[in-house]
Amino acid sequence: MLEFMEGSHAVAEIVKRCRPQVIAAYPITPQTHIVEDLAQMVANCEIDAEYITVESEFSALSACLGASAAGSRVYSATTSQGLALMFEVCFNAAGMRQPIVMTIANRSLGAPLSIWNDQQDSISLRDSGWLQFYAEDNQEAADLHMIAYKVCEDHDILLPAFVCFDGFILTHTYEPVALPSQEEVDAYLPAFSPYQRLDAADPLSLGMYATPEYYMEFRYEVDRAMQRAKQAFIKAGREFGERFGRDYSALVEGYRLEDADTALVAMGSICGTAKDAIDEMREHGRKVGLLNIRVFRPFPAQEIADALKDVSTVAVLDKNISLGNGGAVGIEVKTALYGSGISVYDYIIALGGRDVRKRDIVAVVDLAEKGEGDIFYGLRTEVL
Amino acid sequence: MAEVEQGCELFSAGHRACGGCGPALAARLLLKATGKNVIIAAATGCMEVFSTPYPETAWGVPWIHSLFENPAAVASGIEAALKRQGRTEKVVCIGGDGSTLDIGVLCISGAFERGHDITYICYDNEAYMNTGIQRSGATPYGASTTTSPVGACSLGNPRPKKDMPAILAAHGAPYVATASIAYPNDFMKKVERAINTPGPCYIQVHTPCCTGWGFEAGETLNMAKLAIETGLWVNYEMVDGVVEKAKKVSRKPVEEYLQKQKRFRHLFKPARRDDVIAQIQAIADANAERFGIDIKRKESSE
Repeated sequence: MLEFMEGSHAVAEIVKRCRPQVIAAYPITPQTHIVEDLAQMVANCEIDAEYITVESEFSALSACLGASAAGSRVYSATTSQGLALMFEVCFNAAGMRQPIVMTIANRSLGAPLSIWNDQQDSISLRDSGWLQFYAEDNQEAADLHMIAYKVCEDHDILLPAFVCFDGFILTHTYEPVALPSQEEVDAYLPAFSPYQRLDAADPLSLGMYATPEYYMEFRYEVDRAMQRAKQAFIKAGREFGERFGRDYSALVEGYRLEDADTALVAMGSICGTAKDAIDEMREHGRKVGLLNIRVFRPFPAQEIADALKDVSTVAVLDKNISLGNGGAVGIEVKTALYGSGISVYDYIIALGGRDVRKRDIVAVVDLAEKGEGDIFYGLRTEVL
Repeated sequence: MAEVEQGCELFSAGHRACGGCGPALAARLLLKATGKNVIIAAATGCMEVFSTPYPETAWGVPWIHSLFENPAAVASGIEAALKRQGRTEKVVCIGGDGSTLDIGVLCISGAFERGHDITYICYDNEAYMNTGIQRSGATPYGASTTTSPVGACSLGNPRPKKDMPAILAAHGAPYVATASIAYPNDFMKKVERAINTPGPCYIQVHTPCCTGWGFEAGETLNMAKLAIETGLWVNYEMVDGVVEKAKKVSRKPVEEYLQKQKRFRHLFKPARRDDVIAQIQAIADANAERFGIDIKRKESSE
């Protein structure tokens, strides 16, 4: 049954049904509605969890790490500066193989201070060992949390995950969302079964110090788990589709790509705008399609190469910038398509909440087809 | 993530601490006091490095190390998880003075304010020893360290020790204590009291570092004892913010403590710095006054 609700509320409702035992979060715009909802659910005894009102995002993730190591399913949510403050814990949690699920309400990073959306925050953590999933709409945002727990807690994976959805554009927007019942969620996502846990009955040491004789192998194991996570996601996404009718078995999802000459590549809510723009361009006879990257880590390089093998031009929409070398998604798509002969152009777009309309998507396609790219799109040159 | 071999000591010998390491003794005494039903959340530092070089561990109880500054936050999560799971292990943090008094203060303050049922042990060796003897907020006045070195215009560390016990008592901690490895039974009793007191408790245990302070490895306990006997370290308990017990001593001049350590050598050679020694004596005198530790000579009967 579809219900009309705010994105943050949909996420909170689904997190509740995933039954985390410990929630630790620190308020930051635009994540606040999620954690406020969860705190109210705890206050109402609707959810059997401890809510730790930590004094910082750094402690939020540290507390999640401790609770996870003690054998509880955990949850946090943050964005932007909060995620930046978690940087050190992010690498640590992945290295310690804790299956923490954290929502990222994507927001830009200061300076200058901006509370508005882009994807700089989570993309900047791309090397941290966290799986990264990007939602196009609020239904997908909710659904990806269930899939995230399933993938992360798989004993062949044991990695943490960001479920990313665009701040304000999705978090504060009302859309129709179908929420599975508690029984349905329980059937899909069994109770947390930790691979190992801190337990006086069976002592072990977690987070030890590694000399050069061992360190590289630990990192290699994390990378191997990342690679295995592709299949785990596909499997969990397929099972989700079988149970709930919404299939997430693809790491990347094509839209009208079959006969496309030009393909847009994007992540998150901008894909919705792009699809509408593509429909209009198609009405004018332009063969344009879209590839939505749902899973950014592990990076689906082969899947991207396969999906784009028949196009001649690719335009990547990057809501982030690796300053000094262009957008991160563009860099990685170019790597994935290396040697293919396909022209790949990158567009830094929508930073800090700059609005993107269908006409902007069309303009980007125009630029790509003229061979003009690797630029900031939509700069207000009059203020430079 | 090595499996742990159980021996008769919960903190095993064979770790990689320096000979005469004060913190290593504190760890051993700590686990004697806690017994097996405990989970340790450790900070990065000497103790973490010398006790858990993968794939070996000295810890015979569940132990986790995440980062330098976060054991109190990690412990907050562990405590919450245990509560939710209905488990009974005590949760104990252990960190050095750099972790506790400096970089970890935010996490500790948060954990204490929220009232988690945890015990935080700070092993205080009065500088960042793991990185090579740099000054921390616990370094005493006048001590030479590699970042507060003696020089033409420096007499060593320019500030007295931060009063972390008072800071945590001000958070409403029900039990705060100081201890010393020179008095092992006292330390262990305090640990037992802390872990059996509901709410966040704090113990700062003085653990001389022969390498960092510059004294012979066989002198560690003597050095700890001298700190007490001079009044530069006071063993006391604070219950609900009120000092209840402070160990009384017949105080010796601070000089007897200072002159045995290379970190204070500049106060005696090439020329005596009576002015600085007097300032350090004043710190001991103030401690004695504040905690009432001086043993009064018996009044002659009339």
